[in-house]
Amino acid sequence: MSLPSHLETLRREIRGYAREHGLDFFEVFFEILSYEKMNEIASYGGYPTRYPHWRFGMEYEHYQKSYAYGLHKIYEMVINNDPCTAYLLESNAVVDQKIVMAHVYGHSDFFKNNVWFSKTNRKMLDKMANNATRVRRFMERFGVETVENFIDLCLSIDALIDPHSQFIAREASPESAQDDDEFVHDVPRLRSRKDYMNDFINPPEFLEAQRARLDEQRQKQRSFPEEPVRDVLKFLIDYAPLEGWQSEVLAMIREEAYYFAPQGQTKIMNEGWASYWHSRIMTEKALTDAELIDYADHHSGTVAQHPGRLNPYKLGLELYRDIEDRWNKGRFGKEYDECDDSREKREWDKHFGQGRQKIFEVRRFHNDVTFIDTFLTAEFCEQHRLFAFAYNKKTDAYQISSREFDTIKQQLLFALTNHGQPFIFVTDANHGNRGELLIEHRHEGLDLKLDWARETLRNIQQIWSRPVHLLTIIEEKSTLLSFDGQDFSEQETSGDQAVA
Amino acid sequence: MSRIEQDHNRFKQIVRGKIKKNLRKYITRGELIGRQGKDLVSIPLPQIDLPRFVHDPKQAGGVGQGEGDVGAVIGVGEGEGDGHAGDAPGHHVLEVDVPLEELADILGEELELPAVRNKGRKNIVSAKERYTGIATSGPESLRHFKRTYKEALKRQIASGTYNAIDPLIVPIRKDKRYRSWKIHKQPECNAAIIYMMDVSGSMGEEQKEIVRIESFWIDTWLRSQYKGIEVRYIVHDAEAREVDQETFYHTRESGGTVISSAYKMCDRLIAREFPHDEWNLYLFHFSDGDNWSQGDTEECFTILRDRLLPMTNLFCYGQVESPYGTGQFLTDLNEKFPNDERLATSQIENKDAIYGSIKDFLGRGR
Repeated sequence: MSLPSHLETLRREIRGYAREHGLDFFEVFFEILSYEKMNEIASYGGYPTRYPHWRFGMEYEHYQKSYAYGLHKIYEMVINNDPCTAYLLESNAVVDQKIVMAHVYGHSDFFKNNVWFSKTNRKMLDKMANNATRVRRFMERFGVETVENFIDLCLSIDALIDPHSQFIAREASPESAQDDDEFVHDVPRLRSRKDYMNDFINPPEFLEAQRARLDEQRQKQRSFPEEPVRDVLKFLIDYAPLEGWQSEVLAMIREEAYYFAPQGQTKIMNEGWASYWHSRIMTEKALTDAELIDYADHHSGTVAQHPGRLNPYKLGLELYRDIEDRWNKGRFGKEYDECDDSREKREWDKHFGQGRQKIFEVRRFHNDVTFIDTFLTAEFCEQHRLFAFAYNKKTDAYQISSREFDTIKQQLLFALTNHGQPFIFVTDANHGNRGELLIEHRHEGLDLKLDWARETLRNIQQIWSRPVHLLTIIEEKSTLLSFDGQDFSEQETSGDQAVA
Repeated sequence: MSRIEQDHNRFKQIVRGKIKKNLRKYITRGELIGRQGKDLVSIPLPQIDLPRFVHDPKQAGGVGQGEGDVGAVIGVGEGEGDGHAGDAPGHHVLEVDVPLEELADILGEELELPAVRNKGRKNIVSAKERYTGIATSGPESLRHFKRTYKEALKRQIASGTYNAIDPLIVPIRKDKRYRSWKIHKQPECNAAIIYMMDVSGSMGEEQKEIVRIESFWIDTWLRSQYKGIEVRYIVHDAEAREVDQETFYHTRESGGTVISSAYKMCDRLIAREFPHDEWNLYLFHFSDGDNWSQGDTEECFTILRDRLLPMTNLFCYGQVESPYGTGQFLTDLNEKFPNDERLATSQIENKDAIYGSIKDFLGRGR
């Protein structure tokens, strides 16, 4: 449905402002929806056509009820596609529609320019619809329950992908692997022209060490996979005994996981960027006097802080503003950092005027982890009252554990790295020489939630069909959890982790 | 049926245990009553979480924003925080807070309960005001502060009298907004609920918890249907006693079970306080179904047939499962009074069955 004329006029106006500010976005198609339709599309994550699955029904129930009880309503929804599609809620006031439009142009610019989005499929709307058709066809052929159960299994592990693999080549090319095979029989020596120097240039200990290294290498080549594999989904697609349709479904879930990954990686940056621009466009250009109060009311709701919670809109917005201010005034670099005079520091202004340029650069190259790592400062933490919290066993409560900058930053980075999820690798597909699958958890200070880990292991077993094992650390002891299709077992091991 | 309806139905069927029983263990449902605040009840929405590899929430911390010294509590441990940046610790289960008033409507809708047909003796309709609207005139005592303030602020900014440095907002007549009411019609008639519970040794804490939750919901529903409701409680083992609410839920007796004792007491209570031609009567009896003797069971049936059933709108018998009870009473009751409209029976195996049981009881609209 095309926009009614008064909204179309507003759209043109706001699009113009966004262009003037230098935003470079995918063209945006706005669709106007009733709240029922909005809830429906939101349940599908913004895609009008998705494969059938009960979890979308669950989302729907949650949206519907929260709307019915007046707790929550969806103002804005935008999806990463070229052209970008965004939805407006029919019953919203005009000023709200304007905010949403300005906000959406911010998102669209981010989708188009942020490098982490560069590998995402920009025709995902179509792709989702195609996937849905395929799943429906499988359901007709093999039964709804069979296919849905398999989707459940896949969703349970859909976080086990390697988001960075899209940007680098992890696997060695086949030719180079062949080269390796030829030379391994002989221990390589350093070349010397004079025979009498040989024992000095290639002493026996050196040759011995070389031999050991080669042995180890050969050993490694016999094991499969050679290197731990983080893209567990791909590994299963390639090597698990799946039927044709199952491989297709798993590949589809994997594709969607990769598509959504950058949104998880840039939540703070993306929402911050959109909020930054809706705020500038509205306050500098688009607001009429009569709308000011409602705008302020709405905007403060978007960036409101809730006790004990971090609002990504707020954090992102304030960080961009902080960066802009610092680069405008030259409050960065060696000279500034080494300045000891707190008064001088406070009033520091070298009139660099690079703020705007800097934030555009930041939005292109960073993700949340590098964004926080590079630009979160002690002054910012202090000013915005950030704190770290931890669970206290004695009181059975979450308590503020620190207001130290280093701790906060570390904690925040930890929570953002890999989206706060544990790192899991496939390390051996022929464990015990019995075709059993060994996966390992790279322990980084936190144990796994065990009951869930067991259930997840059960799901992987159903895909792999042979017994599966998970090597992890439980209460500081290296432990092997196993599921053989019938029973779980658990044993302490002294085995070295391949991914430690 | 639209696509979302198909998915929604499928989800509901899973939650109700009709399909895909393997997912049942992942359902977080909580009780029908979550936290119960002053006027609000929070209802957990059913949710199914597929298992994943995640960090132990008890070990993961996070970062938040706001005031508070080191050591200040920001969330309680029960429930599962999922340790993401930006997520609040604690509550993982999705809950919605609902005013008690609306609760009955929701219950009625959820369970598709028909409105009660009352016995029609005192069919007076009373009007009740509910303050749900906003008006531009009204008494000062009903002034809506926030709306008024906002109007005044708007006017002052628009007219240029707003001073950001000294933001003094003075509302004038035109700015003022008042709460206003709508009239809701409600049938006024008398209704009484009499709860009877078996507190013999075989009824444990868990069984009582079930009775407590179930009667809370029955109360809520009936209160929405009648203006004033009288509630009485009777407990019985081998003898019956009339008690207050507190005692009803917390007393722990022991000994044998003579159900007829409760029915006799109930009969006397009705005769004394609630003449049946003036009152809509609802009787609920909860037990584990283990009676002292077959002879007493026969006596119960006689009282039911001759006295209680003719007088009441509805007599409900709910049988909770206990490790000791034989559950014979329910079987006998159903045999004795097949297809009697005035009698509703229900078997409540566990907390999950409460939902269905309420529907069994109240689904007839009597």
